[in-house]
Amino acid sequence: MADPSELNVNRREVMAGAGACAAVAVAPLSAGAQPTPVETPVLTQVSFNVNGQSHALEVDTRTTLLDALREHLRLTGTKKGCDHGQCGACTVLVDGRRINSCLTLAVMHQGNTVTTIEGIGAPDNLHPMQAAFIKHDGYQCGYCTPGQICSGLAVLDEIKAGIPSHVTADLTGPVQLSEAEIRERMSGNICRCGAYSNIVEAMTEVAERQG
Amino acid sequence: MRFDTPATTNPIDQLKVVGRPTDRIDGRHKTTGTAPYAYERHDVVPDQAYGFVLGAAIAKGRIAAMLLDEAKAAPGVLAIVTTLDMPRLERGMMNAAYLFGGPVVQHYHQAVAVVVAETFEQARAAAYLIRVDYEPEAGKFDLAAEASNAPLVGDDSGEGSSGPPEVRVGDFEGAFKAAEVKHDESYTTPDESHAMMEPHATIAAWDGDQLTLWTSNQMIGWGKRSIAKILGIPAQNVRLDSPYIGGGFGGKLFIRADAVLAALGAKAAQRPVKLALTRPLIANNTTHRPATIQRIRIGANRDGIITAIAHESTSGNLADGKPETAVSQTRLLYAGANRLMAMRLAPLDLPEGNAMRAPGEAPGMMALEVAMDEMAEKLGLDPVQFRILNDTQVDPENPNRRFSHRDLVGCLRLGAERFGWDKRNAQPAQVRDGHWFVGMGVAAGFRNNLLTKSAARVRLDGQGVVAVETDMTDIGTGSYTIIAQTAAEMMGVALDKVVVRLGDSSFPVAAGSGGQWGANNSTAGVYAACVKLREAVVQRLGFNSADAVFADGAVRSGNRSVALAEAASAGELVAEDFIEYGDLAKTHQQSTFAAHFVEVGVDALTGEVRVRRMLAVCAAGRILNPKSARSQVIGAMTMGVGAALMEELAVDKRRGFFVNHDLAGYEVPVHADIPHQDVIFLDEVDPMSSPMKAKGVAELGICGVGAAVANAVYHATGIRVRDYPLTLDKLIGHLPEAV
Repeated sequence: MADPSELNVNRREVMAGAGACAAVAVAPLSAGAQPTPVETPVLTQVSFNVNGQSHALEVDTRTTLLDALREHLRLTGTKKGCDHGQCGACTVLVDGRRINSCLTLAVMHQGNTVTTIEGIGAPDNLHPMQAAFIKHDGYQCGYCTPGQICSGLAVLDEIKAGIPSHVTADLTGPVQLSEAEIRERMSGNICRCGAYSNIVEAMTEVAERQG
Repeated sequence: MRFDTPATTNPIDQLKVVGRPTDRIDGRHKTTGTAPYAYERHDVVPDQAYGFVLGAAIAKGRIAAMLLDEAKAAPGVLAIVTTLDMPRLERGMMNAAYLFGGPVVQHYHQAVAVVVAETFEQARAAAYLIRVDYEPEAGKFDLAAEASNAPLVGDDSGEGSSGPPEVRVGDFEGAFKAAEVKHDESYTTPDESHAMMEPHATIAAWDGDQLTLWTSNQMIGWGKRSIAKILGIPAQNVRLDSPYIGGGFGGKLFIRADAVLAALGAKAAQRPVKLALTRPLIANNTTHRPATIQRIRIGANRDGIITAIAHESTSGNLADGKPETAVSQTRLLYAGANRLMAMRLAPLDLPEGNAMRAPGEAPGMMALEVAMDEMAEKLGLDPVQFRILNDTQVDPENPNRRFSHRDLVGCLRLGAERFGWDKRNAQPAQVRDGHWFVGMGVAAGFRNNLLTKSAARVRLDGQGVVAVETDMTDIGTGSYTIIAQTAAEMMGVALDKVVVRLGDSSFPVAAGSGGQWGANNSTAGVYAACVKLREAVVQRLGFNSADAVFADGAVRSGNRSVALAEAASAGELVAEDFIEYGDLAKTHQQSTFAAHFVEVGVDALTGEVRVRRMLAVCAAGRILNPKSARSQVIGAMTMGVGAALMEELAVDKRRGFFVNHDLAGYEVPVHADIPHQDVIFLDEVDPMSSPMKAKGVAELGICGVGAAVANAVYHATGIRVRDYPLTLDKLIGHLPEAV
């Protein structure tokens, strides 16, 4: 270990240094502030298909797919719960696969096909999954519900397609539809009202009807 | 309508619509994404700009300066309002923390500025260019360290649980000393976050001095008065509109920074402004359920009769904040001649503690019902039997005051039978299922029923459509549907002939959503308005009001029958009334009761806890809509599992803030954590509660369930954990030998 004296710093210098730090801390901010250049937003053209309709948008490159849907296309059925990929409320289907639309930028979806809750069914033309959610009361406040339904549809497809999950016992055979598989795969969609038990029943009914 | 004598037979008792399991009338909108929440109201006002809120980066201190040059120069910025631009604003109702204004920082992530810009991305980018010069001060952030100096403080949570600083009945100390069997333990519950799915959000627009807020709020009447007080404007200049609320759980009882800063930002930018609190801001910027340290002492005779019971709780809060009323239920739940309840409040500089689903009872029952389990074991009694032995039909502090209706014993007995409780081995750590230790736990559930004034307006049009207007809110509770059921029953029409409009402050003031008071009171207000509308219909049709029957879309009296719509053929009929209450809640204790049964598996190697089965049996008066009421209960049971096993805001005791302030760090139950859940409602009515004979049920479901989980974990493993949540680190070193 090096001899502390080799550092060649005496107590007086240390104290002076500490004082200087304190002075910096209380100095007016403007004195030390270096103006950083403020860049104008970069706007980019992007076009994709949403619920069967083509859209050409000019978006800020920072705009998420979620905000493009909600703010630009005013498709507010897709919800923003956390904006961090932690809650699943923003789940949509992109080219048939579910994703968190808050975790992807709109400009990354040139030419994609996006399905949101509005494209799945309408109040007077419910999709069977939407009808099953109503029948089994698979929602309460309704804010996570579009994400749950989009995820629910994708989960049934994933099971059919044989995509395994953490709870799949046999990775070599077909994936069995079970409540455990549903619960595992739906766990990225938080429902703070706690409708999980009912959501599983709604999904099970739809899955069994699909056969 | 004044309700001051017990209800007799009335049109609700027909139960043609009320009391039947009914799909939610708002379900088609919620499941198709066509129910508009606060941030989504593109249609209500044009030219909306975006706001972004900046939170304080210190827990306590002052702001010396804010440098805005860069932020102001950023693209798209329309206005910046900082907390230094104005003196400290008034507080809204029932809040301890100041929301905005002045240099003082009371807690971490307190709002210090709002940036308004053309786009969300621009507002966000500019907000992070604001440079804030803080002068931090030392603060108190450690409840355990402050608890020994905390003074006795009483409080009413405003949500049904209350207590003076200290309650004494008989001679607790003497009776406890003399008791043949004693229990004396301490329990802790952590700070918890509401974590509702929809962030706090508001669109604000000024029209001259008139302010409209499209917001997400549980209590429209409180909100209107509060925002007026905060901004210093007359309440009649404010309108709130909140038809859909993406969850609240107490977190949206109050006006919060989103509403205040949307209003201030809109004023400054001279544009309507929409903003939402970002998810990472919510835990520290808003309110939370405060942590508690609870001590429970129970003394009993050998035969299991409680002779002495004491429950003391210490919590912390900001100056002017209230204690968590965790001892409240212990005043009423079990008999015992000698009693002591006390609450202490430590001053802390953490964010404001305030109501979260069943404030008081939720954490209080988590301690009391584990203590009861421990006491039963010491007595060699079955925990169900021990609770039944100590049931009371009167207020233990005032034996002349009876419960209006109390069937806790019925809940426990039926629950035990349905759950297969008789198969439970009394010895813990005896049952194995593969690599799982399996255990069953029970706890009582208890929550008071509150009566509060609630008004509504009803309209009948020439098509026979009945429209209900009230500022009542539906936060997922099912208000839309039970209000429609009430109006349909009263006016004798089908459910699809009823339209319900909620959440607009221009409507009559209702109970709002909190303290599980919404359902009974808001429907009773609708009942009162419908009684008036029936009188108007009868008068218009020239019937004798005494014998008129409203059924099948018609009014009948004697041989004469006229379509209801006829009454409005010459013009719409409108009636408005409210329910208000006399002394029935004073002369009789009104409460709701449950028995929670839980089976868990605990992994023999890792200590991981999995809930395998759950059953709640509830006695809560008439159940208006068994379908949505069941959902309320299973939702509360789910939140109770969270409280038992995972939910905890981690306190940084040096810097003074909740560290895990998002949905990745603050863990709540997900699908994989929750099994199928069963709920049974006892078939009962409570004529003391209102003409509806209903009581609250939404919070009953969380009261006790955490303790039932903890008791099941003990039964599975023999490990008694008294510090929630029961994470596996508290189990893994103590597990029985796996082989």
